Amino acid sequence: MRHRAATLPLLALATLLLAQAALAVDTTQMPTPELQARYSALTHELRCMQCQNEALADSPVQLAADMRGLIRDMLLAGKTDAEVRAYMVARYGDFILFRPRFNTRTAWLWLAPGALLLLGAFVAARVVKRRAALLAQDPDPIDEEGRG
Amino acid sequence: MTRFLVPLAAFGLLVVVLAIGIRHAPEKGVIASPLIGRPAPQFSLPELGNSGRLVSSGDFKGKWYLFNVWGTWCYECRAEHGMLLEVQRSAILPLVGLDWKDDDGEARTWLTQLGNPYAVVAVDHSGRTAIDWGVYAAPESFLVDPRGIVVYKVTGALTREVWTRDILPRVSGGSLGGS
Repeated sequence: MRHRAATLPLLALATLLLAQAALAVDTTQMPTPELQARYSALTHELRCMQCQNEALADSPVQLAADMRGLIRDMLLAGKTDAEVRAYMVARYGDFILFRPRFNTRTAWLWLAPGALLLLGAFVAARVVKRRAALLAQDPDPIDEEGRG
Repeated sequence: MTRFLVPLAAFGLLVVVLAIGIRHAPEKGVIASPLIGRPAPQFSLPELGNSGRLVSSGDFKGKWYLFNVWGTWCYECRAEHGMLLEVQRSAILPLVGLDWKDDDGEARTWLTQLGNPYAVVAVDHSGRTAIDWGVYAAPESFLVDPRGIVVYKVTGALTREVWTRDILPRVSGGSLGGS
């Protein structure tokens, strides 16, 4: 009885995993694990240009399949990851990279969050300091609160 | 007084940022092509209906041409076909077609039925040439100048508006020795 109780969830899990494998869009096999890892990394970091929030690796459209095939062939031909990335960016622009590179056009994208955080911290620090100063001037804040 | 200055400045900045966003809203869905201002990608592909002959990018050196990516599976291509025929009749520049991931027979039927606006059509079965041009959806058209430089890209159907506003001024300006 206990045995069966344990197998059921396992079976369900196995079914789910199998379904996932069957649903996988890309079944490309590279000749070596090293190439497979590079291929997988590249197809996950490049955007499918047709269905723009999917990675090449996950997209079922024909263009994504063609681009994956091209990446496979470039890697097999001995191209480096940087060369593959540069090839795609030269044709599709920075937009194809899920993680945009730092350049004059994307600087604001990278720097704005930090700048805004610093600005926020500065404002917060000033507000806290001013309140603290107000509190220090007040000889008996608790009493005042009681009166008010 | 300074109490209100900071929020006011912040509000002003927000207005500017949002205004820029609204200004650019119509181009939101369109991805600017990095090919503009750069040499057109080289290709050498079989000609539609005459697979013994190769069409290559070098064939058009010295003239303006419009490189039009299409396929019979593409609805928008049917929509722009009438305009392509008009461009052909105007004889201002030749249309070079790239039949992208298509069936040759269907493509030939398409051209017989709707009329053939192209000077020549290259067949891209593998889709590699389209990727080389940074194509991500058909139809797309690239205006290439006599030096072989991509000057302009139309994403989506070529309309009369796009033709007169974006293509014609570039071609006539260029042929007068400008730019």
